[in-house]
Amino acid sequence: MKSNTPKELVVVSGKGGTGKTSITASLASFFPKKVLVDGDVDAADLHLLFNLKNTKTEDYYGGSIAEIIQDKCTQCGICESLCRFDAIIFEENRYVVQEMSCEGCKVCVDHCPEKAFLWKPDLNGIWMESETLHGSLIHARLTPGSENSGKLVTHVKEIGKKRAIEQNTPLVIVDGPPGIGCPAIAALTGASGLLMVTEPTPSGLHDLIRILDLAAHFKLKSCVLLNKADINPKYEALIQAEIKKFDASFIGTLPYSKIFTEAQLKGQSIVEAYPDSKESIYLKEIAKRVTSFLGL
Amino acid sequence: MKIAIASGKGGTGKTTFALALFLANSDRSVFLDCDVEEPNAHLFLKGIEKQKDVVQLLIPKVNADLCNQCGLCVKSCQFNALAMAGKAGVLVFNELCHSCGACTLICPTGAIQDVETPVGEISIYDLKGGAEFLSGRLKVGHSAAPAVIQAVKKHPSTTPYTHHIIDSPPGTSCSFVTSVSGADFVILVTEPTPFGLHDLKLAVEGVENLKLPYAVVVNRVREKDHLIKKYCAEKNIKILLELEEDRRVAEMYSKGGTLLEVLPDLKEKLNLLLSDLEDQVGANP
Amino acid sequence: MPIIAFPSAGNDENAVLDLRFGRAKNFVLYNENTKTFSVVENTQNMQASQGAGIQSAQNILDNNASVLISGNCGPKAFRVLNAAQVQIFFAEAKPIIELLQDYQQGLLKKAESANTEGHWV
Repeated sequence: MKSNTPKELVVVSGKGGTGKTSITASLASFFPKKVLVDGDVDAADLHLLFNLKNTKTEDYYGGSIAEIIQDKCTQCGICESLCRFDAIIFEENRYVVQEMSCEGCKVCVDHCPEKAFLWKPDLNGIWMESETLHGSLIHARLTPGSENSGKLVTHVKEIGKKRAIEQNTPLVIVDGPPGIGCPAIAALTGASGLLMVTEPTPSGLHDLIRILDLAAHFKLKSCVLLNKADINPKYEALIQAEIKKFDASFIGTLPYSKIFTEAQLKGQSIVEAYPDSKESIYLKEIAKRVTSFLGL
Repeated sequence: MKIAIASGKGGTGKTTFALALFLANSDRSVFLDCDVEEPNAHLFLKGIEKQKDVVQLLIPKVNADLCNQCGLCVKSCQFNALAMAGKAGVLVFNELCHSCGACTLICPTGAIQDVETPVGEISIYDLKGGAEFLSGRLKVGHSAAPAVIQAVKKHPSTTPYTHHIIDSPPGTSCSFVTSVSGADFVILVTEPTPFGLHDLKLAVEGVENLKLPYAVVVNRVREKDHLIKKYCAEKNIKILLELEEDRRVAEMYSKGGTLLEVLPDLKEKLNLLLSDLEDQVGANP
Repeated sequence: MPIIAFPSAGNDENAVLDLRFGRAKNFVLYNENTKTFSVVENTQNMQASQGAGIQSAQNILDNNASVLISGNCGPKAFRVLNAAQVQIFFAEAKPIIELLQDYQQGLLKKAESANTEGHWV
């Protein structure tokens, strides 16, 4: 009996603004059966390139936070002294937990001599499931300033994988977040392969190296796409040399193009808005290379 | 005055703008690169690194001789950073540890000690003309970005300066909050695209939740009446500056140069911008 | 105790092996002494953020498993199980009853280290 565990392609970049989301949306057109996931939960933009239908929304509780039950509090101050995150303050004659600073470690709850704490679910945002031309899109909106961004990324990916199994779909494509912190780590986990989108600038290269390092840390295979390549042609060779050190493969380039923004303004992917453009032709070729990179 | 530069969306020109603001006022400002996951300022500010400090977090170490394998520490950890591996005793997973002290507190035999463990570093650079900047860098594989950001902001090297220019990470999650918290003013840099607008709204919600005064800078403007202008007019948000789309800027950026090299007239504008903010913040401390 | 753990979405010996360890819904357990199957849930991971693999490892240790048969095992889970001297064997997604026979006939490959996919959460 063969497993139908779907493959997961995660698109990351290190640096923000390299064109990750636009490219993810475009590549989606070239894979007949897939589930799309927007893993950039604190700045989710992928849904802006699709016509969404039948969106189902659910609250997301990422963990728990503490709240002081004022009636039971004897103001001994033990909680304040134990809290390593400065989340408990004495204000207007009482101790309060500043929710935005609460790390959810439960130390105060567990050590309060009067048991004067509530341990309550922390609403971090919402997650959604929509229907698009390309199939299911799982996306989310982290409440700005919330904790648990990594957990929400994990959550949308899990739902994505679940749907793909239910629908007998071989591929999940995840639009990942920038950076190398919690959300990026959560996005990389369990990936079958990574597509890294970079740009020909010192920042692009610097940040690419950090995300390649992170991928190597987790023994994940990566391929790299150089976007806006014509802004500084000498970078192509530079990048190819750098990525060799990480055993990553170079999958191609895309020229700087105004139609990235123009398609965005139309609320469509480049391939939908400009199907006959040279950019769409390049993207089709890149999709082919990504297919063999993933072993699909 | 502490000014945090943030954005919501990555790639809008946050660091580019923050650097220009700093360079226009470097006699009385210090630049703090708090995008500790992907610090870039040092690529453009060609300074000489004169000091490197390690950022450490207290992470528990278990003394197997004192451990009676009761498992209370494992149960107390909300982050799954501890596991009881049979006869081998308690294992600690440093990268998952939030350094909260729960396990150290609960251990009945005193078998757990907190040990300073490196999670990042801060580099201090000297620039021509006597200016300084600090750059925070998170260790790859670790998730303690907020701890490194706090360490940069609190570093003793920042004290002599009138103004702190804080380059914040993109997004709106806890790294962003840690960076902008306590700032006297937040400047949100965006671009006139649907993504730029969408993420600006999230960033605005973030700074409003934190009750911080803020204004907007728009980068890569192509037409007079753009998305961001309409939104800011509706919400009564001030636009401090609009920078036109300019291929020369993109090319200079790709060579590691800064805004002021392409647009030297901007220096005076940025000086005035800073003075206006000083008046504004001074009037409403 | 000679207990073998199999991650699975199902709850008996006819269920197929779940190739993922950290996010498995259940563990089907086989007791080599009594020659019986049982099942334990692994749903604490549904609420878990990071360290799902560590929690799953803790779960099978709490149930006295000495052998794990799985499709994958990330580096953190591997560290826990290895320290606790649990033997780990890699297998394909097949019905558990068939995998048990493969194991008893020495056909499964023993894990020397975590396999290639690192799992963070």
